[in-house]
Amino acid sequence: MKVSDLLKAVSLKAVVLDNPDAEIEGVYVGDLLSRAMSHLEKHNAWVTIMTNKNVVAVGSLSEVSCVILAEGTTLPPDAVEAARENRVNVLAADLPAYELCLALSDPLASKP
Amino acid sequence: MTPGNIAGMAMLNGLQIVALTDHNSSKNCPAFFKQAKKLGLIPIPGMELTTAEDIHVVCLFPSLDAALSFDDYVDTLRPFVENKPEIFGNQILIGEDDEPVGTPDKLLWNAASLTVEEAYAEVTKRGGVCFPAHIDRPGNGIIETLGTFPDDPPYTAYECKQAESADALGKTYQKLTTIKRVVSSDAHRLTDIQEAVFSLDIEDEPYSSDLVRHRLIALLRGE
Repeated sequence: MKVSDLLKAVSLKAVVLDNPDAEIEGVYVGDLLSRAMSHLEKHNAWVTIMTNKNVVAVGSLSEVSCVILAEGTTLPPDAVEAARENRVNVLAADLPAYELCLALSDPLASKP
Repeated sequence: MTPGNIAGMAMLNGLQIVALTDHNSSKNCPAFFKQAKKLGLIPIPGMELTTAEDIHVVCLFPSLDAALSFDDYVDTLRPFVENKPEIFGNQILIGEDDEPVGTPDKLLWNAASLTVEEAYAEVTKRGGVCFPAHIDRPGNGIIETLGTFPDDPPYTAYECKQAESADALGKTYQKLTTIKRVVSSDAHRLTDIQEAVFSLDIEDEPYSSDLVRHRLIALLRGE
């Protein structure tokens, strides 16, 4: 499923959407960046509450299709800027990680 | 541990400068100053702050006022969760005569909503220095949490428990080789307090403990 299609299916805010056609293949949830770096797979949607600028670096390095900030967390302005520069999609949700993943589950399972 | 017996143990071990860095509190520093001064030690007031990212950061200040001002600030940023002593242990506030005088209600174990960048700015503003704690330990270390040793905030030092493990980390994170290394006991018990195995030269004329504190912090700030 494309990130742009996920945005239509689930109530998410697009913080940075410079690569709307990126395909999502799987979801990873985690906040410790050292763990995320070694467990994220290419084209993952990455659900996290970590808001340090390095989220963008790790997301870019791992070629995620999007970062989804859960639980109403927000990235600082310099991180948003870095996401734009590196064309890393950043979405945001008020839902906590578990509820967010439940909401992602059906749309991603029925991908076109 | 009380401020009095920490100072006593430090003196027996031949230490001359000792920092008190309770987790997320500087409230025992006034008592520690009194006890340290009695024994001729130079006290450094501080705090081991848990940041919003759950990273532990050592914060040291040039004066009690600066430390207590930071303590006040951090108090406003901590979620109100009551301490459960049976799980987290007692949080004891010690008075100047080394006797318990109170127990803070708020649990001091949890993180303040202060990011590493904000903490750096707030400590620096008060004339202090802060640096990531025990980077050679996985739990609450900056490298595990952020996946690297960041360029920003522009830390001028880091703390580790073993010099050898920091040598190894320096091969991966080059910045570590360019900033000050603080090897400390991170003592949580009296018996963890190390003997005086490290030394540094600080010009202290005309002598005052205040001058030594300021010079030490300037040194750690890379000034």
